[in-house]
Amino acid sequence: MNDLFNSFMKGPDEKGRFGDFGGRFVSETLMPLILELEEQYEHAKTDETFWAEMDFLWKHYVGRPSPLYFAERLTDHLGGAKVYMKRDELNHTGAHKINNVLGQIILARRMGKTRIIAETGAGQHGVATATVCAKFGLQCVVYMGAHDVERQAPNVFRMKLLGAEVVPVTSGRGTLKDAMNDALRDWVTNVRDTFYCIGTVAGPHPYPAMVRDFQQIIGKEAKAQMQEAEGRLPDTIIAAIGGGSNAMGLFYPFLDDKSVRIIGVEAGGKGVDEKMEHCASLTGGRPGVLHGNRTYLLQDDDGQILEGHSISAGLDYPGIGPEHSWLHDIGRAEYVSITDKEALEAFQLCCKTEGIIPALEPSHALGHVMKIAPELPKDHIICMNMCGRGDKDIFTVARHLGVDMGGLV
Amino acid sequence: MTRIDAKFADLKAQGKKAFVAYVMAGDPDFDTSLEVVKGLPGAGVDVIELGLPFTDPMADGPAIQLAGQRALEAGMTLDRTLEMAREFRKGDNTTPIVMMGYYNPIYSRGVDLFLEQAKEAGIDGLIIVDLPPEEDDELCIPAQKAGLNFIRLATPTTDDKRLPKVLQNTSGFVYYVSITGITGAAQAQATDVAPEVARIKAKTELPVIVGFGVRTPEIAQNIASVADGCVVGSAIVAELASGKPVSEVLAFVKSLADGAHRA
Repeated sequence: MNDLFNSFMKGPDEKGRFGDFGGRFVSETLMPLILELEEQYEHAKTDETFWAEMDFLWKHYVGRPSPLYFAERLTDHLGGAKVYMKRDELNHTGAHKINNVLGQIILARRMGKTRIIAETGAGQHGVATATVCAKFGLQCVVYMGAHDVERQAPNVFRMKLLGAEVVPVTSGRGTLKDAMNDALRDWVTNVRDTFYCIGTVAGPHPYPAMVRDFQQIIGKEAKAQMQEAEGRLPDTIIAAIGGGSNAMGLFYPFLDDKSVRIIGVEAGGKGVDEKMEHCASLTGGRPGVLHGNRTYLLQDDDGQILEGHSISAGLDYPGIGPEHSWLHDIGRAEYVSITDKEALEAFQLCCKTEGIIPALEPSHALGHVMKIAPELPKDHIICMNMCGRGDKDIFTVARHLGVDMGGLV
Repeated sequence: MTRIDAKFADLKAQGKKAFVAYVMAGDPDFDTSLEVVKGLPGAGVDVIELGLPFTDPMADGPAIQLAGQRALEAGMTLDRTLEMAREFRKGDNTTPIVMMGYYNPIYSRGVDLFLEQAKEAGIDGLIIVDLPPEEDDELCIPAQKAGLNFIRLATPTTDDKRLPKVLQNTSGFVYYVSITGITGAAQAQATDVAPEVARIKAKTELPVIVGFGVRTPEIAQNIASVADGCVVGSAIVAELASGKPVSEVLAFVKSLADGAHRA
């Protein structure tokens, strides 16, 4: 039974806060826009026709529900807990990102917006946004760090095929954080016709709550599917975290199920130490204010934001969604980190044992599964979120493994 | 009464418009930047906006982004920015200094400690771009209590319904952002700005100063003529970035100030 008085599912409050985290730290120009968005979202949330449209498109366009899959050979290989994968990599466009994009674009259409902007890191959110914009005939502009444009070339071409304009961002170090800065600069300039489709559970209120609400379809399905497969709740749920939208989507419906252990896996890069070559905001950062919300951030002693490092462009972000910061501080979820090297090992193991090429992002979650599963009893059930497929990452992986793709044939 | 309040009372008595100049503290290095700041009052600047460098200036265009990067690369910090104000105050105890920037470096320092240090350094007011009225408890109210002005931005998207909320805890002056956009982008148009300034002045006694998109003496004059004054930032920062000597940068500032003062 859920205890409604002590529920972990009530946030955010009317100021957009999860405890001390979240909020609306934006310039005055944007403030009326996010208030309007909040009002429209609150209205849509309780509108049956809105959800009917979502359900229809989730089923017929995205391909939901995504399967819950028992990874039998991986389980045997690890020799401990039963490992299930929530197969969101099978969605149209190859990742969980489209769950949220559909919701925001349907909302944008209801608000009469004709131009959609988005930021992207790995390119998955950009591809999802370009896809849904193509479907509805909307103008789409995607901001992408110049460094990411280079390391995620297939997704850049995909977005262009879909009719989107991709703007390489050269400010800062040219990664996701800088793309978000430039998207905000675009929005502040084009306030009348433009809708900013944020790809993760971060940004000013109402984005963290809204994106979570659109992504929680992952956790809702997983819960029902696990009931069908095993007749009970999983013991542990695990997901990778950059901004944290796939994780929040899986975690949220389980927050009040106290028996379920919740683990978020941050990108440990080259190791979480004083050299700060990682993107582990919770394990290696401290609270600050960036991109409209208060949350844990990688920053120096003077409050300047640091550039993280991860092999995965999708996790290369110095912040994290505010609800994760709150769940971390109150101890409802645990947050750990996995290094580039460990993620690469998990990537290869998944390919060989399951015939699934995972994206580098969920490879971090798998990396932690590999660490804990062998020590857990055989009746312990783990559900990890396979939030994206790895087709986009094979070039990066080849480079890190020292493989010359031209020399393979 | 802060130095800002005193300056505007003085300008009003003289029937003069205010000219506000923005420079990024520590751009391109501490000594050059200090030399520029010290020269501003002599070039006709009534109020100095001192930029606090930040890695992620979301409301700023390329000129000010790059200025911040240059300053940070040259070792600028919050402490050094306060040090710059302190150095300036040794020779000038009347020209107001408004610190302009983003919240995180201040939050990182701790609000109470920051306010104490800013006040002691001779800072008179704050413009913190990412703190709208909805977040007044964070810094705005503590700053007013500490005797610093908290200057709010009003924008073209601030409608009549919202305007009272924006004006409520504002002091010193109101900064009207002439365009929807980032600093140094589109050009401000006096015909667009005039009715907006009138709309704000109908609701407040505070001076209304217009910034964003003011980059030549002519625009400065046009915009100042329909408001209580104007701000120039990116154009000054760009002059400095082009490698011109401080004397030439200050001559450019003087031409802008003369433009505004002709209004």
